[in-house]
Amino acid sequence: MNAVEFILAGMLAAATPFLLAALGEMVVERAGVLNLGVEGLMALGAVIAFIVVYHGGGHFLGFITAGISAALLSLVFAFIALGFRANQVATGLAIGILGQGLSALFGKTYESLTVKGLPKIAIPGLSEIPVIGGLFVQDIVVWLSLLATLVIWATFAFTKTGLVIRAVGENPKAAHAIGYPVIGVRVAAVAFGGMMAGFAGAYASVIYTPLWADGMIAGRGWIAIALVVFGTWLTGRIFLGACLFGAVSLMSLAAQATGLDLPSQLLSSLPYLVTIIVLGIISADRRRLKMNGVASLGEPFEH
Amino acid sequence: MSIPVFAFLPGLVRRERASLAATLLAPLGALLVAIVLNLGLYMVMGRNPLAVLHAMVLEPFLSWASFSEVLLKTGPLLLIAQGLAIGFRAKVFNIGAEGQFILGAIFASAIPIWFPQATGGWIWPAMLLLGAIGGALWASITAFWRVRLNANEILVSLMLSLVAAQFLYYLLLGPWKDPNGFNFPQSVMFQYDAMVPTLITGTRVNVSLLIALAWSVAAWVFMQKSFIGYKLQVGGLAPRAAGYAGFNEGWAIWLSLLIGGFAAGLAGAAEVAGPLGQLQRSISTGYGYAAIIVAYIGGLHPIGIVISSVVMAVIYIGGDNAMVSANLPIAAVRVFQGSLLLAYLIAVAFVRYRLEWPHAAHRSPS
Repeated sequence: MNAVEFILAGMLAAATPFLLAALGEMVVERAGVLNLGVEGLMALGAVIAFIVVYHGGGHFLGFITAGISAALLSLVFAFIALGFRANQVATGLAIGILGQGLSALFGKTYESLTVKGLPKIAIPGLSEIPVIGGLFVQDIVVWLSLLATLVIWATFAFTKTGLVIRAVGENPKAAHAIGYPVIGVRVAAVAFGGMMAGFAGAYASVIYTPLWADGMIAGRGWIAIALVVFGTWLTGRIFLGACLFGAVSLMSLAAQATGLDLPSQLLSSLPYLVTIIVLGIISADRRRLKMNGVASLGEPFEH
Repeated sequence: MSIPVFAFLPGLVRRERASLAATLLAPLGALLVAIVLNLGLYMVMGRNPLAVLHAMVLEPFLSWASFSEVLLKTGPLLLIAQGLAIGFRAKVFNIGAEGQFILGAIFASAIPIWFPQATGGWIWPAMLLLGAIGGALWASITAFWRVRLNANEILVSLMLSLVAAQFLYYLLLGPWKDPNGFNFPQSVMFQYDAMVPTLITGTRVNVSLLIALAWSVAAWVFMQKSFIGYKLQVGGLAPRAAGYAGFNEGWAIWLSLLIGGFAAGLAGAAEVAGPLGQLQRSISTGYGYAAIIVAYIGGLHPIGIVISSVVMAVIYIGGDNAMVSANLPIAAVRVFQGSLLLAYLIAVAFVRYRLEWPHAAHRSPS
C-alpha cells in the first residue's frame, strides 16, 4: 500500500470526529450561538463511551450514553449563556475546562486500557477499484456520519426547520416577532451540537483509536470549531474541510512510516499549523465571510 | 410571544442601574456554590467531603510553609490575568496565554542554556525581559492574523498554544535536553545567577511576586487613569462609537495582545528562573487557562484580580493537599475551576438583571 492509498483508505475514519463535531457546531452557530466548549464536550463523550464499552455495554450503548451526557453538559451551557445571557465566549471556555476535567476524573482508572473497535464494511464492487477502493471500506459509524451529513444538508436546503434555525440566527428579533420561540430553538440547537460532539468523542475513543488516554482529544474540538469557519457555515464545505484534516492527520503518520527524518513534534503540530494557515487564508476574504456568516452570532437575545 | 412550556419560569428584567452589591457578592457567591457542588461530587466519588474541605480550604492557611506556596503560585496567575483582563475589556479574546507563557519560559531559558558559565547580577533580569519579549512575539502572530487576515483570535491563539507545547517537547527531547539527565525531558539546572532572588528567606517566594504586584498597579493606572486605557475600553464596549471617535480597532488589538503576551511571557520566565530552576515539560500546570478564570472572577478589574489570583492559588495548593491527604485526583482542580467560572457567570447576571416571577410580571405595568 503506498502513501496515497493509505491516506485515501483512512481519511474518512480520521475525518469522522472532526466532521461530527463540526456539523454539530455549525447547527449551533447557524442558530446564532457560539459554543466554544466543543473540546470538553468531546472529551466527556469520549470517556463515557470508553467506560461503557470497556464494561461490555457495546458500541451502540456507548455512543448513546456519550451523546446524552455531552448533550446534558451542553444544556448547562445553554442554561447559563441563553438563560442568564452570560458572555458566550467565557461560558464556552468554562464548559470546555469542566468537560476536560470531568473526563480526566472519570477516566483516571482507565488510563492506557484498550477496547475493541468495530469491523469495517466493504461496499461490494466499489471497494475493489484500484487505488480509491479503500474509500469504500469503512465501519458503520463512518457510513452513518455520511448519512447525517446528507440529512443536515437537506434540512438546511429544503425544510422549514432549517429555515427557522437560520432565521433565529440571522435576525432573532424578527423571528421572535413572527412568533418563533428564539430561545427554544437555540436551546435545541445547542443540545444537538452537544450530542454530535459526544458522538465525535465516542468515535475517537472507541473506534478510531480504541484506547483511553487523558487529553486524547488533543485539540480536535477546537479544530472542529475552526472547520465551521473554513466551511463558511455550509455543510458541503465543512465535509471537505473535515476530509482535509483527516488526510493531514494521516499524512503525519505516513511521513513517519516512510522514514522521513522530521521531528515527531513537528508532525504532531501539523494539524494546528494547517488550521492557523487555512484560517488566515479563508478569513482574509472578508466579503465571503460576511456573505455566509451568521449575523447575530454570539449575541444574547433580549426582547 | 413567550413559550407556554416555560411560562412558570421567572424572567430576567434589566435593572435601571448596575447593582454594586451584586458586583461585589457575585464572586463570593460563586465560590460558595462551586465549593458546595464540588463537595457533593467528592461525596459521590466516595471521598470524605470534610477531609477534602479541610485540605483544600484550611490547610493552605494553617502553616507559613504552605501559605508561602500560595504566594508563590499567586505570582504567575496575577501577572497573566492582569494582562488578559486588559484585552478582555477591549473584547480581544486572547486565550492563548498558555502558549505565550511557554514561549516566555523558552526564551528566558536560552540565556542559561547557551551561557551556563555566565555570572553576574544582570542574568535574571535579562531572562525576565527576554521571556516577556518572547511571549509578546508569540502573541504578535495572533495579532497579525487578526488584524491583517481577519482571522478569529480565539482559535489562532489557542492553536498556537498547542504548537508551543509541541515546540517545548521538541527542545527538551532534542537540542536542549540535559546530556546527564538520564533521558528525562528537561534541560540542565540553571546557574545561581539565573535565579530570581528570594523575597522571603526560608520560602520559595521570590521577587517576581513584587513584579506581579507592581504590574497590577501599572494595570490599574493604565485602565482607570490613562487615555489609552480608556480608548481600549470604549472600543470593547461600543466599537462603533470608538470608530467614530477615530480610535483604531487594529491598534487596540495589537496593544491588547502584546500586553497579554508580554505578561504571560514574563510569568513563564519567572517560573523557570524561580521555583523550577530549569526548563521542564511540566513548566505550566494550566496557568494560562486558569488565568482566564482569574481575570473573569476578578471582574476584569485590577484590584479584583489581585484577590481572585490568591483564591485560584489556594485552589491549586489545596488541590495538591487534597491529592495527598484525601486521595483526590488532581483533575478535580480543573473540574473546580470550570464550575467556579460557570457559577460566577450566573451570579454576575444579577449585576445587570433581576429575576421577576411570572405572577409579579402580570401586575407590573410595562
